[in-house]
Amino acid sequence: MTLIGIIAIFLVLIIIYRVSKASDLLGSLRGEERTQESRNNLHATLFLLFLIFGMGAAFWSCFHYAPLFLPEPSSEHGTVLRAMFQRTLWATVPVFVVTHILLFFFAWKYRQDKTKVSKFFPDDNRLELIWTLVPAVVMVFLVVDGLANWNRIMGPAPENAVVIEATGQQFYWTLRYAGKDNELGRKSVRLMTDDNPFGQDWDDPANKDDFMADDLYLPVGQPVLVKINSMDVLHNFFLPHFRVKMDAVPGIPTQFWLTPTKTTEQMIEETGNPDFQYELACAELCGKAHYNMKKKVFVVEADEFNKWKAEQEPLSKSFGPSVKKVSENIEEENEQQDINSVSSL
Amino acid sequence: MAHIDIDIHEGHAHDHDHHGHRHDDHHDHEHHEPGFVMKYLFSMDHKMIAKQFLITGILWAVIGVLFSVLFRIQLAWPNETFPILETLLGGWAEGGKLDPEFYYALVTMHGTIMVFFVLTAGLSGTFSNLLIPLQVGARDMASPFMNMLSYWFFFLAGVVMFVSLFVQTGPASGGWTAYPPLSALETASSGSGIGMTLWLTSMALFIVSSLLGGLNYVATILNMRTKGMTMFRMPLTIWAFFFTAILGVLSFPVLLSACLLLIFDRHFGTAFYLSDIFINGEVLRNSAGQIIEGGSPILFQHLFWFLGHPEVYIVILPAMGMVSEILACNSKKPVFGYKAMVYSIMAITVLGFLVWAHHMFMSGMNPFVGSIFVLFTLMIAVPSAVKVFNWITTIWKGNINYTPATLFAVGFVSLFISGGLTGIYLGNSALDIPLHDSYFVIAHFHIVMGLAAGFGLFAGVYHWFPKLFGGRMMNTTLGEIHFWITFVGSYCIFWPMHYLGMTGVPRRYYSFNEFETFSVYAELNIFMTVAAIVVFFAQFLFVINFFMSAVSTRRTKSKNPYNASTLEWTTPIEAGHGNWPGAIPEVHRWPYDYGKDGYETIPQTIPDSRLNEIEKKGGRTSR
Repeated sequence: MTLIGIIAIFLVLIIIYRVSKASDLLGSLRGEERTQESRNNLHATLFLLFLIFGMGAAFWSCFHYAPLFLPEPSSEHGTVLRAMFQRTLWATVPVFVVTHILLFFFAWKYRQDKTKVSKFFPDDNRLELIWTLVPAVVMVFLVVDGLANWNRIMGPAPENAVVIEATGQQFYWTLRYAGKDNELGRKSVRLMTDDNPFGQDWDDPANKDDFMADDLYLPVGQPVLVKINSMDVLHNFFLPHFRVKMDAVPGIPTQFWLTPTKTTEQMIEETGNPDFQYELACAELCGKAHYNMKKKVFVVEADEFNKWKAEQEPLSKSFGPSVKKVSENIEEENEQQDINSVSSL
Repeated sequence: MAHIDIDIHEGHAHDHDHHGHRHDDHHDHEHHEPGFVMKYLFSMDHKMIAKQFLITGILWAVIGVLFSVLFRIQLAWPNETFPILETLLGGWAEGGKLDPEFYYALVTMHGTIMVFFVLTAGLSGTFSNLLIPLQVGARDMASPFMNMLSYWFFFLAGVVMFVSLFVQTGPASGGWTAYPPLSALETASSGSGIGMTLWLTSMALFIVSSLLGGLNYVATILNMRTKGMTMFRMPLTIWAFFFTAILGVLSFPVLLSACLLLIFDRHFGTAFYLSDIFINGEVLRNSAGQIIEGGSPILFQHLFWFLGHPEVYIVILPAMGMVSEILACNSKKPVFGYKAMVYSIMAITVLGFLVWAHHMFMSGMNPFVGSIFVLFTLMIAVPSAVKVFNWITTIWKGNINYTPATLFAVGFVSLFISGGLTGIYLGNSALDIPLHDSYFVIAHFHIVMGLAAGFGLFAGVYHWFPKLFGGRMMNTTLGEIHFWITFVGSYCIFWPMHYLGMTGVPRRYYSFNEFETFSVYAELNIFMTVAAIVVFFAQFLFVINFFMSAVSTRRTKSKNPYNASTLEWTTPIEAGHGNWPGAIPEVHRWPYDYGKDGYETIPQTIPDSRLNEIEKKGGRTSR
């Protein structure tokens, strides 16, 4: 079936080829000049039509699909970015429209006219100066605007931010909350065993109350600091509704802080979709199931968040008994390393 | 072909009073007729090498674009099966459905093939080779032998890449950017096995090819211009090829080092890019049992993009140069602001080296570093804008004759505007947070670099076809149909991707259905795929036209079918090795004296004293 289809397509292509050849031949019989004149008129008109219908389609489709775009951002910095996106639209869309109108209007208007020669107009420094300076000034505004936002978003998180850790792994996210002390305990891939699946260093008291969660719970209106890392390849911690994106890099801890502004319930109301769900995704190619590294995200009121937090069981409870054993292992490992480095000398 | 050597020697005596034509000296004094092998395979004639690059590029383009159609089918109809896929791909599409691993292999190969083999070798390789000697007035490249090697290293790179398509674990599948650790760890992905080794080998060979070519282009342009051809009398094509070559020569070695270090990490237990990795249930150790630590995956990204970003200018600058030339020639009006065009190419080249980390805003590098790259990135918008306004002013009050080349050149300007403007969003690090690695990026770089450079390539092929194939012209009607389907179709493929991007839909997803958020565009995905299939098949109109016209018996009788002013049109219709049978013509003026003093075209070779020899278009009024 498909094969027949492909053969049919190629037959059509060959027919087009034969017809075009005949048409070229016919054209040269009619006289090259007259043929070229009608060609010029045709393409000049087509460019004009392309301008009208293309521009129309661009704007129509934009408004048509606007309801499918992401809803208003659910984080403080997201709202700032949305406004910045709109300012950039104001700076670029007029340029897009005007340059295209000029390009295609000229393409139509100045099609070849055998009774005329073109205007000899090789340069004009004043014009060049205008269209060097105007874009430069616009860029200055965009850069200043952009960097102000960038520095604020990437700046240090507020002291009171709830600390969460997201660890990427082929092909899922592991979420660890800092617990009551709001401090994540040290961990290392060197310590990872069946008894200590996260490689937590039990000598660090901060590890005692850390707990793991299946879903990402976030309190509304409160800053959250996500510490991001990876165990194997690159991943990217991506929360589309919150405009959060940051690579997870093995060996190099990264972070992103945000303040959620809308609870899941508010979003259900806003979108009118009873099944609305915030989602956590991966946005850096990490292998064959990259497209399926999903976690559910819930934004809840602060008191509900605290209640949920209190219900969680610390990891030290499940893996606590092995504290002693593991710390011995570390020493052993360190010794082993020393021996290795000596022998490699 | 016997006359060639004679021709060269006739021209030789005259050459001595020109500066820098020493290259003729190494021609031996025996008159020999090259056999098939020497003429078509191991040719040292830059025009033949250009054809070799072009035809190889076209073959790769068919493969590269076909791959994109295959993965677009998956994205449009993720729940359906296509038995044809199993017939084509065997185990990689069991039951007629693409395997995710192979989906990523297709994505990776599509990117690698299109960027390096088609738009670098196929575009710059073809036209730098064809046009540099012809337009600066040289008999051949500075080193024809190196030029031949350049092609054969490219060919070898292609062979290795092609072989990698058939290995059992599949070709490289970590994206064309090959970020480690994914590309470094065999256990992380099946494409990171032998497929990745072949990918790295192929890239190394390709880099050698590109360096041999680039050094040659620079040397030829600097040393072998004919008498009177000062730098500021060179056509913009040559300026573009010149800076393209400089970009390549300075940045490709860095990619080579990135590849070498990756090979070390993969095979020799080093840790340039690797640290603290826990995979397959154990900590990653080298063969001596030591834990691998201390490397940085971000280092690879710096090295990669130090080439990777200049690479997009390597791809687009030649297209810009050719479009300037074609617009001027076909609207019979000088390129507006010639010097401004040259300086903007120069500015793009310099700034092009200073913007690489805008690909890495979300990589975890220091955000302060990011802010410097924002500044340089948005600065590069200024010379780009200057070029656009100059192209538009070039056709203003021109006298545009629509050949297929002109159509593609106008299309190029439109695409460059559309794709360039979205760069302003992505280059601003704050806005890059939501847009990074989304379909917005795919839309941006495909329009501004993929399509625009592709249009430059098509424009160049249609325009200089008579110079490539001894006065034969491509079929005009077919070229026109090809243009309109490609132009409208390309916008249909890539314009909707902006909308996906504004919804955060990430690139490199095998299926969007796993996420509520990303699955809302089923209808648009089908639309884009159908457009892609139509555009894909329309390209065969070009392929058929290209090969049928190359062997056609009809030739133009005119040496200069477009009444152009540049030197390549002063060579015989069928120029032999050495290009000009007699002396190399002398140049007396810049290349854009179109419409001056009532003359439609004043060729570069005509001094003011001989203006009476050319026809004045009497009775015509100026626009």
